[in-house]
Amino acid sequence: MPTLHMVNKSPFEDNALQSCLGHVLKGDAVLLIEDGVYGALAGSAVAGMLGQQNGAVSLYALGPDLAARGLSEKPLLGGVDVIDYGGFVDLVTTLDRSQSWL
Amino acid sequence: MVMDEGPLEGSVTKRFLYVNRRAPYGTIYALESLEVVLIGAAFEQEVTLAFLDDGVFQLTKGQDTGAIGVKNFSPAYRALGDYDVTNFYVEAESLGERGLTLDDLQQITYEDEDDDWKEKPSIRVVSRRELAAIMAEQDVILSF
Amino acid sequence: MGSYRLNGTEIEHDEEGYITEISLWSKELADLIAKEENIEMTDEHWEVVNFLREYYEEYQIAPAVRVLIKSIKKSMGKEKGNNKYMYQLFPYGPAKQACKIAGLPKPTGCV
Repeated sequence: MPTLHMVNKSPFEDNALQSCLGHVLKGDAVLLIEDGVYGALAGSAVAGMLGQQNGAVSLYALGPDLAARGLSEKPLLGGVDVIDYGGFVDLVTTLDRSQSWL
Repeated sequence: MVMDEGPLEGSVTKRFLYVNRRAPYGTIYALESLEVVLIGAAFEQEVTLAFLDDGVFQLTKGQDTGAIGVKNFSPAYRALGDYDVTNFYVEAESLGERGLTLDDLQQITYEDEDDDWKEKPSIRVVSRRELAAIMAEQDVILSF
Repeated sequence: MGSYRLNGTEIEHDEEGYITEISLWSKELADLIAKEENIEMTDEHWEVVNFLREYYEEYQIAPAVRVLIKSIKKSMGKEKGNNKYMYQLFPYGPAKQACKIAGLPKPTGCV
């Protein structure tokens, strides 16, 4: 019964990503959208948070939001898959429920 | 239309979780959540409320907004038992991080119809791990 | 928007007749609003209106009709806490009409 967790706030100004990662269960997916995609950057001060998941959850970042912020070419954390809107819809429909960490 | 007629014919009861992560008054989230809970309760679904992060501040006792010119909506949580909203899960870690204990929260109770209308507490303090499991049992999660 | 006129003062109400400033309520105003709703206020009507005002004082919300009837039943017994009795007093909806007369906002959950 996996859950899709969506985070739309930058981890540098808000604890949404941190709180989300404190409540994920094995097999869940975390999707970073809007300013949430800043959390996917490699080498940042918060990179460790996502890095700790060790494959227990699947990590995604929304490509259009990365592109809008000039981050398309920037290295992302290992294990983060970049998806488009179609992939977003697939996640919403395949997982059992969605939870937004506003 | 008065939405008090109970479930529509052929409708299914779903488990709804309202996730509250914001303090009251600083933003509109907490009040909006409460209003949606009140509206949603008319549909007789299975409703659970979760309070975590700054959301635990919504339930503190002794709120007095007289001097800031906004309405104190904290008494309304005590009415939710009459709306059959009786499951308030408050995250222990969120309380602890903020230097709060259960004693800092207002008392919220409901009368248990199946137990001779005995008055029982609506608030239960649960661990982060327990709350994650409660989230995973829901059909619909509404975040505020 | 519009207003009720009472003893030379105007008391504002929303497009459905609920007064916008709860502190301006008075018993005379309640009689006036009731008249516009075609309700002749009796002791039984007042009992419900007073109950609603106490409920609002305690919880800061106007109860949904289901909750109102349940609460009346709890405090006044089942002869009064039932749909038939309450709709006899307030034919267009006990919560909606009685809240309007009591000077409360429209109950959340009514559209």
